[in-house]
Amino acid sequence: MIRTESLELRAGSRILVAPLDWHVAAGQCWCVIGRNGAGKSSLLQALVGVTTPAAGNILIAGRPLATWPLVELARQRAYLPQARNDAFGYQVIESVLAARHPYHDAHFWDASDDHDAALAALQALDVADLAQRDVRTLSGGERQRVAIAALLAQQTPLVLLDEPTNALDLAHQAGVAALLTGLRERQGKTVVLASHDLNLAHAVATHALLLMPDGTVAAGTIAEVMQPALLGACLGHPIEMLALRGRTIFLPAVASA
Amino acid sequence: MYASSLFVRHRSLTVLSSLSVLALLSLGVCAATGSVSLPLADLPAAVAELLRGAPASLNASLVALRLGRGAIAFVTGASLAMSGVMMQALLRNPLADPYILGISGGAAAGALGTMLLASALWAVELGAFAGALGIALLLYLLARRDLKAGAAQDGGSALLLLTGVMLSSGCMALVTLMLALAPEGQLRGMVFWMIGDLTAMTPTLRPWLLLAAASIFALRVARPLNILALHGDTAVTLGVQVGALRRSLFVCCSVLTASAVASAGSIGFVGLIVPHACRFAFGPDHRLLLPAATLAGGVFLVIADTLARTLAAPQQLPVGVITAFVGVPVFLLQLHRVRRAR
Repeated sequence: MIRTESLELRAGSRILVAPLDWHVAAGQCWCVIGRNGAGKSSLLQALVGVTTPAAGNILIAGRPLATWPLVELARQRAYLPQARNDAFGYQVIESVLAARHPYHDAHFWDASDDHDAALAALQALDVADLAQRDVRTLSGGERQRVAIAALLAQQTPLVLLDEPTNALDLAHQAGVAALLTGLRERQGKTVVLASHDLNLAHAVATHALLLMPDGTVAAGTIAEVMQPALLGACLGHPIEMLALRGRTIFLPAVASA
Repeated sequence: MYASSLFVRHRSLTVLSSLSVLALLSLGVCAATGSVSLPLADLPAAVAELLRGAPASLNASLVALRLGRGAIAFVTGASLAMSGVMMQALLRNPLADPYILGISGGAAAGALGTMLLASALWAVELGAFAGALGIALLLYLLARRDLKAGAAQDGGSALLLLTGVMLSSGCMALVTLMLALAPEGQLRGMVFWMIGDLTAMTPTLRPWLLLAAASIFALRVARPLNILALHGDTAVTLGVQVGALRRSLFVCCSVLTASAVASAGSIGFVGLIVPHACRFAFGPDHRLLLPAATLAGGVFLVIADTLARTLAAPQQLPVGVITAFVGVPVFLLQLHRVRRAR
């Protein structure tokens, strides 16, 4: 679904990732893990075409990113940015309907099936009762769920999410984790997410991409790369891995006194 | 419960047809009022005479004169309001107005410079137009980074905004310099031009043609404009050509503003108040907001100009004074109501 060839990302003159040869196959769920400023968001932004990489190629479904017509591409992949900055008082339902744009860019008004798709997405995220609210009046967690609803309403086979559980309360974190698992298992979608939550990553992802402090990467299945030693080196803090009733829990190690 | 697609369409149609009726009414009031008042009953006959092409009676020539000026007011107000909506979406800032980037400053410098050299009306208009477009071009060259896609990560346009504000200050300094150097006799005309004045203008087709072209453009981009206003740079992931849209918006705003300012001087507040009031009343969806604000801007300026020439008759006030007197309290009131509602 996604392939990168010698992809190089920079922030100013600093090299974040170079060179990255990476393949995300259809139906996989990858979690990108790394410290603050390691380039997780930059990688996602480059993959969705918001920024252009310093060097290298990105292929979506076998076709170079730059040669995709934007509207067609928008029917292939959806993106949840890390933060939103709402300047205008759009209603929640309008902000979700906007995600249907790639299906109707030639029409002036929305169709009623768009409304159905938007309402279904709002219901899936437990925010249907907010449909009429001004997006600027929502709490951080509510806004995040509305944004995820918009992502669902775009109905694409590939979704990329930058810290999807940001600002969510515990119940909705669990809800989003179940949703992401459902997207992959029941709908066969390909998912790439960036997250600081190792437990979420372990629960929903099939693969992980670790952005190491020295600019190299470690990529592989969860079982291969989500190991305490490797994660500790990646995040710059020792990590402990515990088994608890069949689940795997990651905790930052406490420095011994 | 929620607004279904059909409901949205009906509501838009109702709003736009009401505003169109209001536009005709405002022009009727404009034609009927003045230092020589015209009974409403005589108005249809006078208009009919006018439409036949030969205004012979006193009533008909009065109506011709007033409607000509009303038409300039309408097209100027409509252009400014449309440009205001676009500028706010381009900068993703509801406090922006068409003048914020210095386009009116450029027009003022151009107009006053021409007044110093020559006094022909067409030359002043041309000077204003050239000054406005010159500043727009300079701004485009200096801040083209912000008009590209993926330039500003937060979706803001700080470079464009700050460059515009600086150019505007530069133009104002130039204007002050010219005012200081100008001979006494020309000062009054210059100051009136800067406040915005429709007294001496002759109706031309140019602003109407530009407004018509801009309206077609506005309806074509209304949908992607919503995505840009919502998402900024990330709009690209929904299939919007962000860079191209920003650049075309900038060009459209500049030309509309230049056209409006060239024919009427820098009339303030229309480009800020009307988009604000319309967004408050009809919501931020540009598919309704753009045409609604365009009509409302026209109506607002026709009424303001009618007041400007009747309030202190036979003395004529510059229309910019009226728009400011109406605009400032309306804006403050709205600001406080919005703050309370949040």
